[in-house]
Amino acid sequence: MYKLGKSIARLGLLSAGLLAANFAYAQSTQGSAKFPGVGRNATPAEVAAWDIDVRPDFKGLPKGSGSVDQGQTIWEAKCASCHGIFGESNEIFTPITGGTTKDDVKTGRVASLADMKQPQRTTLMKVPTVSTLWDYIYRAMPWNAPRSLTPDETYALVAFILSIGEVVPDDFVLSNTNIAEVQAKMPNRNGMTRKHGFWNVKDKPDVNGSSCMNNCVPFVQIGSTLPDFARDAHGNIAEQNRLYGPYRGADTTKPPISKLPGASGEGLAHAKDTHANAPKGAAALFKNENCSACHAPNAKLVGPSIADISAKYKDQSGALDKLMAKVKNGGSGVWGSIPMPPQSQLSDADRKTLVEWVLSGGK
Amino acid sequence: MEKPANRARLVKAPEHFISQELIADINANGLDETRRGFLRKGFMSAVGGAAAGLAAPLAFAAGEGDPAILEKQEWQTTLGKNVATMPYGVPSIYESNLIRRESPGLTRVSAASVAFTPLQGLFGTITPNGLHFERHHQGWYNLNPETHRLMVNGMVKNARVFTMNDLMRLPSVSRTHFIECGANTGLEWGNVAVPTVQYTHGMLSCCEFTGVPLKVLLDECGADLKKGKFLLAEGGDGSGMTRTINLESCLDDTIVAWSMNGEMLRPENGFPLRLVVPGVQGVSWVKWLRRLEVGDMPWNAKDEAVHYIELMPDGIHRQYASIQECKSVITTPSGGQQLLDKGFYNVSGMAWSGRGKIRRVDVSFDGGNNWRQARLETPILTKSITRFNIDWVWDGSPAILQSRAVDDTGYIQPAIKTLRNVRGTRSIYHNNAIQSWKLDSNGEVSNVQVG
Repeated sequence: MYKLGKSIARLGLLSAGLLAANFAYAQSTQGSAKFPGVGRNATPAEVAAWDIDVRPDFKGLPKGSGSVDQGQTIWEAKCASCHGIFGESNEIFTPITGGTTKDDVKTGRVASLADMKQPQRTTLMKVPTVSTLWDYIYRAMPWNAPRSLTPDETYALVAFILSIGEVVPDDFVLSNTNIAEVQAKMPNRNGMTRKHGFWNVKDKPDVNGSSCMNNCVPFVQIGSTLPDFARDAHGNIAEQNRLYGPYRGADTTKPPISKLPGASGEGLAHAKDTHANAPKGAAALFKNENCSACHAPNAKLVGPSIADISAKYKDQSGALDKLMAKVKNGGSGVWGSIPMPPQSQLSDADRKTLVEWVLSGGK
Repeated sequence: MEKPANRARLVKAPEHFISQELIADINANGLDETRRGFLRKGFMSAVGGAAAGLAAPLAFAAGEGDPAILEKQEWQTTLGKNVATMPYGVPSIYESNLIRRESPGLTRVSAASVAFTPLQGLFGTITPNGLHFERHHQGWYNLNPETHRLMVNGMVKNARVFTMNDLMRLPSVSRTHFIECGANTGLEWGNVAVPTVQYTHGMLSCCEFTGVPLKVLLDECGADLKKGKFLLAEGGDGSGMTRTINLESCLDDTIVAWSMNGEMLRPENGFPLRLVVPGVQGVSWVKWLRRLEVGDMPWNAKDEAVHYIELMPDGIHRQYASIQECKSVITTPSGGQQLLDKGFYNVSGMAWSGRGKIRRVDVSFDGGNNWRQARLETPILTKSITRFNIDWVWDGSPAILQSRAVDDTGYIQPAIKTLRNVRGTRSIYHNNAIQSWKLDSNGEVSNVQVG
């Protein structure tokens, strides 16, 4: 009996095992009659772990809440270094706030998008749906540590951003239960259209060209050309083309050929026009010493542009010495919050070359 | 009999007519009359003067012929390298100038930036994988394919998970399509801003992609395609890139792809899995694809609500502008290039349309006043790049080169002025205007806008 009993028990275990195996197979192949053995069903926990998107109808939004005050604290710790204390910074990314008014909250159209007075199009000027802010912050922020925020922290940050934009009051607490009311106040909620020809292949295009083949225009007018200062803003184009073949790159470290002797009678090239070819010319130094990582000829990068520096110190007495010291020891606070690190590796001569060059506007 | 000098011309590029020694000398000692004379003479021999046209051929010293023919070369007279010295080959050292490049000052953070394809040096229609343009929203990673998963959920009978092993067992297709960033040529909406075709049009690539058709995967999971008209594609990177795909428009030809030009996707192009949405702006070709969700409304993700929207003159944004309209550009010659001499040239470029096939390309050499039809290279594939060529003899006079593509819907690529009349100048995206390259009598080509 003992033996028999044990055998029956074993048999039972075996069947249970078989059943489990059958069940597992059934589950893994469920819905895959066509491609058996390929893929498996996702578990509810797996779907929950990944399905974090939040739609405009708030499907997918987790429960939670956060106040403007809480948001400000998190903001200053985790967000302000890139976006500025009030989300206004343009140093790393385009600004998040600015350009919206209380009137926009009423109309749902951001007026400054039409009048061109606002220098930057900020996030709050554009974003029509509050769900978008929530989804993106929760999904991808902070920039260097995405997905490290809790739902409550995310609510708080959205509340803080909206309070700066005067969409919600300073004592507001945003939650999953009142977020729909906030949507009704989004400044640009009525500012989007899908009435255009680009959503479907079959849609009708908004613009079409001409098929004219001969004598199509009364005269050819050049409306825009590359500005002279941009000639070498992208480096030496000769080095961005083949060195053989019928089409070579122009050497943009030199003046255009039309400016060279014999081409147009404008006169001879001056030494300063070709100095960039000298092994230790200022432009080469500027690039090799990595100054160009932070400073561009005409656009603000991390630091001010050469043109801006040159304009600021133009005709200022002692500017050369002042900047020489600044390059050597570093500086901060003149052009924004990002400090300029000291460049103590430079020789005095190189430093002088660089500063003189920058003061001349990079000429 | 024709002299060898006329059959194998050695032309000094005009920009190289001043030697490094002379430059150093001028820098050190300035210009005096001797040097001026030398410079003038050197320049005249290099460019032949503006009126006379371009470079005269260099005469062979001995008059016997070309040293490249008369003298034995190293590679004929010594032992070359072994096979598989470079097991995964790299281009010739003489090709090192043609690389992806960032545009200085375009973005402040390189992890959320663009590197442009050097279209000025490409041939045919296929972009080499190492030159495929890059656009990342939060940096790229080398994802481990062993732990990469694709989940399909939402309005499906069974939410399912696939490994790479699973996906690569499924029936696959290989199709050649272009991918173009919606912001390609966007720098030029207002004015000419950049010098070369790499920066004006280089957010464009074209490859043969291999993968499983999206429809196969959705059917496999029992997707409700009656109510579920939209798909969310989500990337596995830190930005968790999410894009709404319009299933009505894209279901028939969208691919969940793992291969590009016969090899696995490169990490910076989405290894091991990306979405391929032919004809649709590149941002929707979600890289490092890890999730597909079927739904009944668009998601309004960040890059659908804040970026990749077009500002119209009345302050309204166009949203979900997906299709890349018919467009073309001459790549040789193009901005920043230099023609060495008068005479015959094959002028060539690329044409493409997000709505179908290229039917015709016209080329103008006089700024759009008169046009000639170009030759189209086959195969002419749908939503793919078509190469065009046209013969041209340059007589040394200034010219403005343009190309104008027509697709099989009858759509004709518009002039920049025509586009601006409708969309203003602040749109950034979907600039498919006719590109103009101005050729000066000295052989230099520059970027200009006509009208």
